[in-house]
Amino acid sequence: MTDPLLAIDDLHVHFHTEEGTVEALDGVDLEVYGDEVVGVIGESGCGKTVTMLSVMGLLQSPPAEVVGGSIRYDGRDLLTCSESELNEIRGEEISMIYQDPMTSLNPVLTVGRQVSEVLLAHRDISKRDARERSVEMLDACGLADPERLMDEYPHSLSGGMRQRVMIAMALVTEPNLLIADEPTTALDVTIQAQVMEVLRELRSDHEVSIVFITHDLPLVSEIADRIAVMYAGTVAETCSVERLFDRPLHPYTRKLTESIPKLDQPATRLPSIDGTVPSLVDPPDGCRFASRCPQFIGEECRSVTPALTDVSGTGRHEVACHLYTDVSEASPPWPVDDEDRTAQQPTAETDDGGRR
Amino acid sequence: MSTQERTTDTDGERPDDPIVRVHELEKHFPIKGGILQRTVGHVRAVDGVSFDIQTGETLGLVGESGCGKSTLGRTMARLEEATSGSVEFDGRDVTTASKRELKAIRRNVQMIFQDPASSLNPRMTVSQIITEPMRSLTDWSKSKREDRLYQLIEEVGLSKAHLSRAPHEFSGGQQQRVAIARALSVNPQFVIADEPTSALDVSVQADILNLLKDLQDEYDLTYLFISHDLSVVRHISDRVMVMYLGEVAEIAPTERLFDAPKHPYTRALLSSIPRASAGAMDDRIVLEGTVPSPEDPPDGCRFHPRCQEYIGEVCERTDPEVEPVDGRADHVCACHHY
Repeated sequence: MTDPLLAIDDLHVHFHTEEGTVEALDGVDLEVYGDEVVGVIGESGCGKTVTMLSVMGLLQSPPAEVVGGSIRYDGRDLLTCSESELNEIRGEEISMIYQDPMTSLNPVLTVGRQVSEVLLAHRDISKRDARERSVEMLDACGLADPERLMDEYPHSLSGGMRQRVMIAMALVTEPNLLIADEPTTALDVTIQAQVMEVLRELRSDHEVSIVFITHDLPLVSEIADRIAVMYAGTVAETCSVERLFDRPLHPYTRKLTESIPKLDQPATRLPSIDGTVPSLVDPPDGCRFASRCPQFIGEECRSVTPALTDVSGTGRHEVACHLYTDVSEASPPWPVDDEDRTAQQPTAETDDGGRR
Repeated sequence: MSTQERTTDTDGERPDDPIVRVHELEKHFPIKGGILQRTVGHVRAVDGVSFDIQTGETLGLVGESGCGKSTLGRTMARLEEATSGSVEFDGRDVTTASKRELKAIRRNVQMIFQDPASSLNPRMTVSQIITEPMRSLTDWSKSKREDRLYQLIEEVGLSKAHLSRAPHEFSGGQQQRVAIARALSVNPQFVIADEPTSALDVSVQADILNLLKDLQDEYDLTYLFISHDLSVVRHISDRVMVMYLGEVAEIAPTERLFDAPKHPYTRALLSSIPRASAGAMDDRIVLEGTVPSPEDPPDGCRFHPRCQEYIGEVCERTDPEVEPVDGRADHVCACHHY
């Protein structure tokens, strides 16, 4: 396999706050290859956004501090790049779509000015050409009447339109890597479907790798090739979408997939995860999921941090869990057939061991 | 008031024991304009909505933002004054009730709001928050209030140790538990839950949904469950009502709505839900355009500019009536197709 486009290796980020040091990222490993869509999922506060802001060099410091690890993009270490080098890369090669389209556009500048600004900053291009290119991009993002739209202000656009403007801004320079941070969270389902359609089309038209951050597992499964599941500042598991649903290995992934209400299943009681996410100020040693884990196997879970290990032999399925020590033959300790899924496994240890 | 009755919904025979009857309810918000701040138009947030909720059932209410679902819920609890129409709770009209009558109604009709962080008073402790409705709406003695408080805090999955804390010390899921305890403190019969899990993570959402179901079984509660998330609505509801731009598009028992949706809008809505499996989007209907402004809704069927099954001028001219489809009294739909 070729070298990854983006390789995040053992990234540690701390936030220094009044309550103490928040260990927001604790050894995050993530790779994104060319022309690949990677979904990053996890619950609030698990570090999805912090990871991607580190890639963009947009963490506010203080309070944030990158205390270890590396982020390599196309051979360069982004963490050691100077601000001017970063400016070359940001917007030109890596761009980001932010969660809230209502607040990420400048309300006092026209749409046209904001979209073409990116081009004017990165290219030696005339204003007229930049405008022309911007109109094309708005059109490609499915916005009707883009010429007129160029002179509109963001307040006159709906949420879905604003998000498309954001996508147009992010893609107008034809970046190699697009980071989309919950791009549809603020939108209605029918508008969300439209925006996802735009992303899918753009992906097939331009060769762009996408990191899609979301807490919505069903949504990301529509577009992603590979999924990385994050929990409390660590990557718990990475695998293909199919495997994630058919054969998740990490107990957290499994719990997460189960707790989503299914459309095609009768109303049963939703399985939930006991306990809460541990505080990231002085987090527990060992596996951060240990205190809630239904498969807790003993002292090892509480004292040794599990490393993200390849269990498929091809690098396509990695999991950070002490259950899988024999890397050649990893299979989950619970039944994998759909019919059996609802059944509680008799072998599962109760989680009383780690409860606080 | 048996909870078993809810299960009979699916085979077409419903117990006809409505606890809530909403008839032709309208809520219009004036738009002020000009230097004199005269009324220059109306946002027709809820525009002629009629439905019943049976005792002990959960009615799910879905629709996109701005379709009037929250306004409907708030008007039913009389947090908004209705423009016209009526909301009958247990035979009494909520919209015209006097202050004294309203107090009695509020004991039985409670709300849970979307954002627990902003719906709990940050200056009050959890115990003050939960006892407040009992103090203002009931004449219970202090010891009775305390008993109820201790009972509830355990029932919603918190402990007595939490009672003296302030809301900001809790996670979103725990805050929502406090809000649920507050709503249930006065022993209501009917609870309006306005997007109670939208601000929560999925695993926490599962906890709260389970809790709401448990409490319903225990107290024979009737729910109006407002949400934009169809999978959640499917999970918790006995019947589902779909709203579009202030009007009812379709009402049907949950299984039926998801298996055989009639209204083109319902179908589009269902098909746009992301499925938790690979390759499930081949038959997706992607709607064109966005929801029109409720200030100046389209003539005729309000959905016609976006409808993928537009059949002609009748759609543009005549507002379709909400009528039974397939000869079933429990499945109604407002569309000229049927």
